[in-house]
Order: sequence, then C-alpha cells, then structure tokens
Amino acid sequence: MNMPQSNSATPLDADLFVRREKDNAQLDLVVEGMHCAGCMQKIERALNELPGVKSARCNLSTKRVAVSWDASQASSDDVVARLGQTGFDAVPFDPKLVGAIDENESTRLLRAMGVAGFAAANVMLLSVSVWSGLVSDMETETRGLFHWLSALIALPAVAYAGRPFFDSALKALKAKSMNMDVPISLAVLLACTMSLVQTIQNAEHVYFDASISLLFFLLIGRYLDVQTRAKACSVAQNLLALRAIAATLVEEDGSTRAVPVDHLEPGMMIIVSAGQRLPADGIVTRGTSDIDTSLVTGESLPVSAQEGAQVFAGTLNLSGPLHIRVSAKDEASLLSEIVRLMEAAEQGRAGYVRLADRIARIYAPAVHILAAATVALWFILGAGWQPAVMNAIAVLIITCPCALGLAVPVVQVVASGRLLKQGVIVKAPDALERLANIDAVIFDKTGTLTLGVPELTNGHEISDQNLHLAASLARESRHPLSVALVAAIDGTKPVDTGSVSETPGFGLEANINGDRVRLGSQRWIEHASEETSEGPELWLRRADDTPVQFRFADQLRPDAIETVDHLRKKLDLALLSGDTHAATKTVAERLHIAHWEAEKTPGDKIALIKQTEDEGHTVLMVGDGLNDAPALKAAHVSMSPASAADISQTAADFVFQGKALRAVQDTIETAKLARALVFQNFALAFGYNLIAVPLAVAGYVTPLIAAIAMSASSLTVTLNALRLNLKGRADTWTR
Amino acid sequence: MDALILLIPIALALGLLGLAGFLWSLKSGQYDDLDGAAERILFDDEPADDTKNGDA
Repeated sequence: MNMPQSNSATPLDADLFVRREKDNAQLDLVVEGMHCAGCMQKIERALNELPGVKSARCNLSTKRVAVSWDASQASSDDVVARLGQTGFDAVPFDPKLVGAIDENESTRLLRAMGVAGFAAANVMLLSVSVWSGLVSDMETETRGLFHWLSALIALPAVAYAGRPFFDSALKALKAKSMNMDVPISLAVLLACTMSLVQTIQNAEHVYFDASISLLFFLLIGRYLDVQTRAKACSVAQNLLALRAIAATLVEEDGSTRAVPVDHLEPGMMIIVSAGQRLPADGIVTRGTSDIDTSLVTGESLPVSAQEGAQVFAGTLNLSGPLHIRVSAKDEASLLSEIVRLMEAAEQGRAGYVRLADRIARIYAPAVHILAAATVALWFILGAGWQPAVMNAIAVLIITCPCALGLAVPVVQVVASGRLLKQGVIVKAPDALERLANIDAVIFDKTGTLTLGVPELTNGHEISDQNLHLAASLARESRHPLSVALVAAIDGTKPVDTGSVSETPGFGLEANINGDRVRLGSQRWIEHASEETSEGPELWLRRADDTPVQFRFADQLRPDAIETVDHLRKKLDLALLSGDTHAATKTVAERLHIAHWEAEKTPGDKIALIKQTEDEGHTVLMVGDGLNDAPALKAAHVSMSPASAADISQTAADFVFQGKALRAVQDTIETAKLARALVFQNFALAFGYNLIAVPLAVAGYVTPLIAAIAMSASSLTVTLNALRLNLKGRADTWTR
Repeated sequence: MDALILLIPIALALGLLGLAGFLWSLKSGQYDDLDGAAERILFDDEPADDTKNGDA
C-alpha cells in the first residue's frame, strides 16, 4: 500500500499536460525533492542546458518547475528524463487542478492592499500636520487645503481598495443576511461622505485617515487568510499530482498506450499489472490475481480475482497482470453508493457557522443600534444634525472589528503554518475552529491506526534456515506478503535459489538441489490445515517436508500506542472498522480502545457517528478508506492520512503526511491553542470597545484619538496572535 | 506656505512612485515564490555565457 510510487504506478504521460502554442510548449512539473538553493540551481541549470529549452524556473514555495521549450527540438519525455538524470523525480502537474482556488483573488487583495497602504501613509502624513496645527498656529486655509488633498487621495483609494468589502457586504444584504463586511462598509462609506461634507464646509475634523487605514488593516487580514488557504491548496494539489496514475489502454489492434484515468469509457479494455491500483470499475476478462481491497472496504485480507470477477477502482492488484473491461458507472456500484452517502452526509453538516460570522450576527446589529442611538441622543440634547452624525460615525469607526478582521486570520496563518511544517495540511478554512470543539475521536483501523502494510508476526517460531529460504524466494515477488518476508530477514544474505517462477494467485516455486520448494497459499503447497489463520498467511514447503506457516498482521503506526494513550486522557475514543471481527479485536486490544466495532458498512459508520453526536458528543473522524469517505463528511471534523483514497482525502478537513499518528494529537493541540488565542483577542477587543465606545458616544473621540485607539488595538491583537508561533518554537527546542 | 506648494506634490509623487514600483513588482511575479527568492541569493554566479536565465 505504501509501495514506492515509482514502482506501483505507470508514470503519467507528461505529454498530456503540455500546453502548446505553435512551436512553444509549456509544462509544469511537481518536484517533491526540491529543498534548497542547490536543488533549484541544479534543476534550472540541467534544464537550460537541454537543447530547445527556452526557460526553466523553479518555484520553491509550491515545489514546481515551469519549463517552456521549442516543441520542434525537444519533447516532454526529454525534459522529464533530464530531471531524472539529475536525480529529481518529476511528476507532470495537471493545469486543470490550478484554479481550485482563485489565484487572482490573492493578487487582487495584494493590489488593493498596496493602494490602501500608499493612501493611508500619505493621508496620515497630512492628518498629523493638521492635528499638530490644531494646537499651534495653522491657518484655516492651510487646514482646508490639507483636507482637500486628503480627500483627493483617500476617496479614489477607498473606492478601489474597499471593493472586496463592499462586494461582500452587498452580497450579504442581497441574501438578507449580515456579515462583518456590512458594518465595515457602512463605517467607511459614511465616514468618507461625512468628511467630504466637513471639508466643503471647512470644518475642523475629518475622518479620511481613519477610513483608509481601517481598510489597510483589514486588507492585511484578508490577504493573510487567502494566502494560507492558497498554500494549503497547492500542497494538496501536489499530493494529488504525485498520486495520479495513468491507465494502460489496450487498442483494438492490440497496441497499448497510457491515458489519464478520466479518459476511460465503459467497454474499453485496460491492463493492470501487479502492484498497480485499479483505475476503474470493471470485469476481469483475462488473468488471475489477488486484490487488496483494504483502501475500499477496510478489509486487510486480499481476495482472489479470476476471469469474470467484478473488481473496483482504487483496489490494489497484488500478484498478476489483469485484463479488465471497464464497466459503466453502475448506479448500484460501490462508488455510487459512497457518493450518495457523502452527499446526504454533506447536507447534514451544513449547519456550522464560523465563529467570526456568529459574532458578526450579534455584533453588526448592535453596532448599528448604538450608532443610531447616538444620533438620537444628541438630537434630544438639542445638538444639530451635523455633530450628532459625526459622533455616530466616531462610534462606527471605533467599533469597527479590526480584532475580528485581523487577529483571527493571523491566528489561522500562524497555526496553519506551524501544522504545515509538521506535515499536516489544513484544507477547510474553518477546520481548526471545528477541531477545537471535539470531545470524541473515532478511528478507522486499516491504514489509519495501522500502516496497511503486513508484518511477520510469528518469526520467532520459525527456524532461521526456513525463514531465509522463504525470504530468498520472496525476493522475486512484489506481493506485499513477500515484501514483508524479505523485510523480516533484515538484509542478511539470502540463500541462492536459482530461478524462481511465480504463479499469480497461488505462489512461488523454485528448484533447489533437486527439491521442489514452494511458497504460497495452502492450496499451492498441497496442504490442508485445520488451523485457521486470523490474518494473512503464507506456507513454505520443501519437497514433502512438513509445511511451515508464516503468519502476518497489519503493522501498527510506530507511535500509535503512545498517541492513543495520550488522547484517551481527554477524549472518548472509538474504533470502527470494515475489517473482520478478529482483526479489529487484535488492534483494539493492543491499543486499549474499549469501544470498538467491526464489519461496518459505510452506512453503519455514518449511523454510529450520528448516534454519538446525538449523545451530545462532537466527533473527529480519522479514516483513510473509500468506505470511510461518507463518515469523514458526516463527522463534525475529519482527518485522513496522505496515503488515503483520493475521495477520502478530498472529503477530509485535514490531511497528514508521514507514518506518525502523533500528527493527530499535534493538530488537536494546535487547534485548541488557536481557539484560546482567538478568544483572548475577542476579550482584548471587547475591553477596548468598553472604554472607547462611551467616549465616542459622548463626543470626545477626535480623529486623532480614533487613529491611536485603532492602531493600538490592531497591534495588540496581532502581537497576541503571534504568541502561537513562540509556543511552536519552544516546542521544537524542547524536542 | 510657499514651500508646501512644492513639497506636497514632491511627497505625493515619491509615494506614487513607490506604489507604482509595488504594483509593477506584483505584476512581474516577484511575490509568487517568496521561499525561492530567499534561497536564490545563495546561487553561485552563473557562467557569463548563460544569458537564458538572466534573473537567476
């Protein structure tokens, strides 16, 4: 299951992803091994030396290389081969994958931010002169000039840089709902209009500086937010590109060619060699093999497949090449069932509203009522409409949610960045928030708590001689059990076996000193044993000697026991598996998980999650198989390892890389820490409003005080958010 | 006051120059790969005849 990709998949034909324009060809390649300046230079130099290559540019942030070359002088294969010679594995990147997140959005925000920053700095420059002039000897004409200049800079800048907020506020209003952007837009627009009126009347106070610097701060927050999501998205795209496999299509004339999986149509013939994943559902027309269905059903024992057998996409062909006729996307097929369940589960979960939006629902109306009350109050007290409106605007500016707009994104950025360094990709924007709420974890077994790789369990019962003999035969096969056997002798010198022949679905045979030696299934060694094995097994028989049994079990993740022990202290744990009773029980007992259930269908898993949530728990689902995908969608929040089925990875909120299960624990801790910081920031912002709002209502807030208060609050919450990073540093030091 | 007539346009022009510079750098893709930019400074100098990748 965790076989090196280079062996287990037909490399995708890079030619399929080349973008052509006359003679100019362009291709993006994912180079996972690129880590430093040295790698970048080596790659760029090697490619530039290739005849016909016009340019090659590495991007270290996304781990991709953009190459363009003259199609008449070189081919995509040359480019990939050249990278291979340099020592870098390159996988073509499908340009269709880009666009999952709008790259323009971040550029648009950055441009708006640049404009807002420029305007804020210059308007502030003029405002500071006016403020110092107010206490000294500035003439009213000079003040008027400065106000007009401010208006000249601020009004176009607000019109341009405020667009992201105005658009979103309009959208919310049209949908008859409220979001944070409504009070923001209202405050900015009102402040600008009122200030313009004041400028025309040559009055003392204008708020151009406040409205534009407010936009600047908020744009920083919004940009950081988009940037984090884009980064996670690009890592997730690379993962998918690395796993993308081609299907080997058999043409009517018998020739074969590699095509992308989504080009397959019902009725086409494909060949799947041993060690490859099946690209589509179909019927076996030729060949015999074993199929590992663990990623689809969670079962750890392979099933055999002969002519006429129905096989499913995503399963792994273990021992022999299979010819398969692709079957139609059957409504009754496993995949359709999974997709149906996922859609149903999705609808059930739509209820979650992000914390910031939930606060906005209370905050926005409260702010508007407060502003209206201020106007009313001043009217009653007998002031003119102008001072009344000015004070209301001061209230709007003071209460503008800088803390929400800036501090929440900064916490998200720092938390996601820290997780990314640990190999965890945060996929959903609200995933960290949801994860912080959980109090129960449900694990899948195969591939999640275990590695999905078999391990020899009864090695100590077998004589060294037999073990070495078996391993020597096994060296010739890529069956996972053979690989496990070879791993068990740990590199010691194998026996010379001469030529070994493999019969797919049965086993291996060799001839040693005239004796026939067989390694494989019970049938293969012609032995009928009463002993039933709980897991996968292999038998070795030399001539007519007593057969030797090798038993295997799925290997636990290296730190599974400690991690589960740690999680148990605070959370309810459960194990749900599609695998057999016996296999599930073994794992549950080794990990001391009291609550476990086996032989569960995808539907059962959803039902159990619903039941747990009805009991008042909030559930994190960790799973990898196709059969877990609906459960991943149904749970409050979900994680899956990077080795998971594509569909499960897409469904999960977090994806963790590597063998360690500790990633689950780390992610939960980071999420809780992030939530604590967000709440602290809310408290800070609330405290600051508690002091500033009465001042604003009372009419004591001048533009100067507003500017100081706003900057101070934005700085405090940002610095507080950055503490998460300090915590991360401390962790790496102590580790 | 007379000085202001001169100084304010100069200050604004300089600011606008900075903004134009930022927008140009953004458009020419200088913010696309910040990690890479940090590493590129460590490149050994390219041989003189290699002009294909001038910005490396």
